[in-house]
Amino acid sequence: MEEVEQISVFSENKPGKLKRVTEILKEKGINIRAITIASSNSYGIIKILVNNPLKAYQALKEKGLSVALIPVLAVEIEDKPGGLSKIAEVLKEHNINVEDAYGFVIQSHNKAVFIMKVEDIKKTRLILEGENIFLLTRRDLYEI
Amino acid sequence: MNQNSNIEFISRESLEKLQLSRLKETLRRVYSFSPFYKNLFKKEGLTPSKIKSLKDLPLIPFTTRKDLRENFPYGLLSIPLNDVVRLHTSTGTTGKPKAVFFSRNDINSSAELIARSMKMTGAEKGDVFQNMMGYGLFTGGLISHYGAERLGLLVIPAGAGNTERQIELMFDFKTTVVHITPSYALYLADVMEEKGFNPKKDFNLRILYLGAEPYSEKTREKIERIFTVDAYNSYGLSEMNGPGVAFECKYKEGMHLWEDNFIMEIVDPSTGEPLKEGEEGELVLTSINKEAMPIIRYRTGDLTYIYPEKCNCSRVHRRISRIKGRADDMLIIRGVNVFPSEVERILMDLPEVGRNYQIVLDRKKDLDKMKVRVEIKRDFFDGSLDHLKKVEIKIKAKLKDELMVTPEIELLEPSSLPRTTGKAKRIIDKREI
Repeated sequence: MEEVEQISVFSENKPGKLKRVTEILKEKGINIRAITIASSNSYGIIKILVNNPLKAYQALKEKGLSVALIPVLAVEIEDKPGGLSKIAEVLKEHNINVEDAYGFVIQSHNKAVFIMKVEDIKKTRLILEGENIFLLTRRDLYEI
Repeated sequence: MNQNSNIEFISRESLEKLQLSRLKETLRRVYSFSPFYKNLFKKEGLTPSKIKSLKDLPLIPFTTRKDLRENFPYGLLSIPLNDVVRLHTSTGTTGKPKAVFFSRNDINSSAELIARSMKMTGAEKGDVFQNMMGYGLFTGGLISHYGAERLGLLVIPAGAGNTERQIELMFDFKTTVVHITPSYALYLADVMEEKGFNPKKDFNLRILYLGAEPYSEKTREKIERIFTVDAYNSYGLSEMNGPGVAFECKYKEGMHLWEDNFIMEIVDPSTGEPLKEGEEGELVLTSINKEAMPIIRYRTGDLTYIYPEKCNCSRVHRRISRIKGRADDMLIIRGVNVFPSEVERILMDLPEVGRNYQIVLDRKKDLDKMKVRVEIKRDFFDGSLDHLKKVEIKIKAKLKDELMVTPEIELLEPSSLPRTTGKAKRIIDKREI
């Protein structure tokens, strides 16, 4: 199973930096599913989920940006109170630490996606699947 | 000792006679002991006996910072190692530091110069001297300490930093004399005020010795006003003595360079040609009263000029102007000497760092701030903020360990620093002196 991949871009914390990234994606016709920024003083990382990660990765790299493809798990959750809590419970029981995470809603009042980065992605996948938790595939995610 | 027999007030003729005899003795010793000097003399077809007058001194080639480093650690040593009682290293150098050795007599003569300098400014037994220069490998702390004790002052070996404790000590023990860098003096005044003290009235300060970094006459006046003290300019370098090579007298017009211990020349920094009194150039010093490690015609890198006129105090030792800058690219950050080439070497040793970097110097609240902007290597980035932070901490620690200055690190995207055609602008100094 090929993991879902997120694009991470190293960026200085300055006006215009986000524009440069999104401009390149726009030119290549790449669609953004989710975006989040983690920053530390003068610099940060722009994390983007797109419909075609490899194409986005190459396009950004060609333009000289520092970019990395990061495998993540995309967990489908129900868009209702307690939806994320159910996943969190499983993670806790199996002592799995979430290094990085963000979420977004795909169908209001119906489905949401919880993106998370964990240390052992294969093991976590098996555990979640064993608990009947649905994980989105690349295709699922890119075709939203 | 009355003024006539005092070494500070002898005639020019007697001084030069003393200089020549001390020079000859020094040359004989370095020639017979130091492998570096033996070699240097031989290469030039020289022997010490060819130096017959002070005018012959320029026959001997210069000794440079590079020579000291290449002949580290013992190449310039001119006495047996078991007669050496002290090692110091010069500030801000790395990898191979400049090692400076002192015999017992050297410690005494260095301390004597400090005692003489302090006495010249009116410090005396009964004064309480708080030494805020760094102790340890740096000569500033210990040599000043010995000198002040020799003069009979009560010495508080406070060392550098810990501002609140400094203020407490000054207050509790009624400190009257302080040796301090000018930027730290200004900072100290700020902290005193923050703590509710009045720097003018709540302390017993009367004399401040300022040194180790360039500053202007305006800054001196400001410091004198803030503390209501007399502030005196001082000059020194580890390779020669540590502090106490040259000091201002009560007239505060230039620093008397102790010519019974050093022969000074001013040369054109690019050609090495001698310049006349009054002309600005690089100070070249020869130590003539050192046993362990005399240095002949040392290129200090400091730009200054010799006052042609005699000082009103009538001391025979000529004066040099306050240091106007550097002949090389050495930076002085909080009194610590930093060479951009060293910063570059440290950065380039780190696999995460790209080719380009920039050093930005600024002064905030009167304290120097050094920021190093570093481009990260494209291949290094793995998408983890954690890794970036670790790299930032690693670069900071590495620079701090080797430079003895704690920089702020700014990680940059690859190829983001401006590149002018050819050489990139590596140093941005926003500090006003």
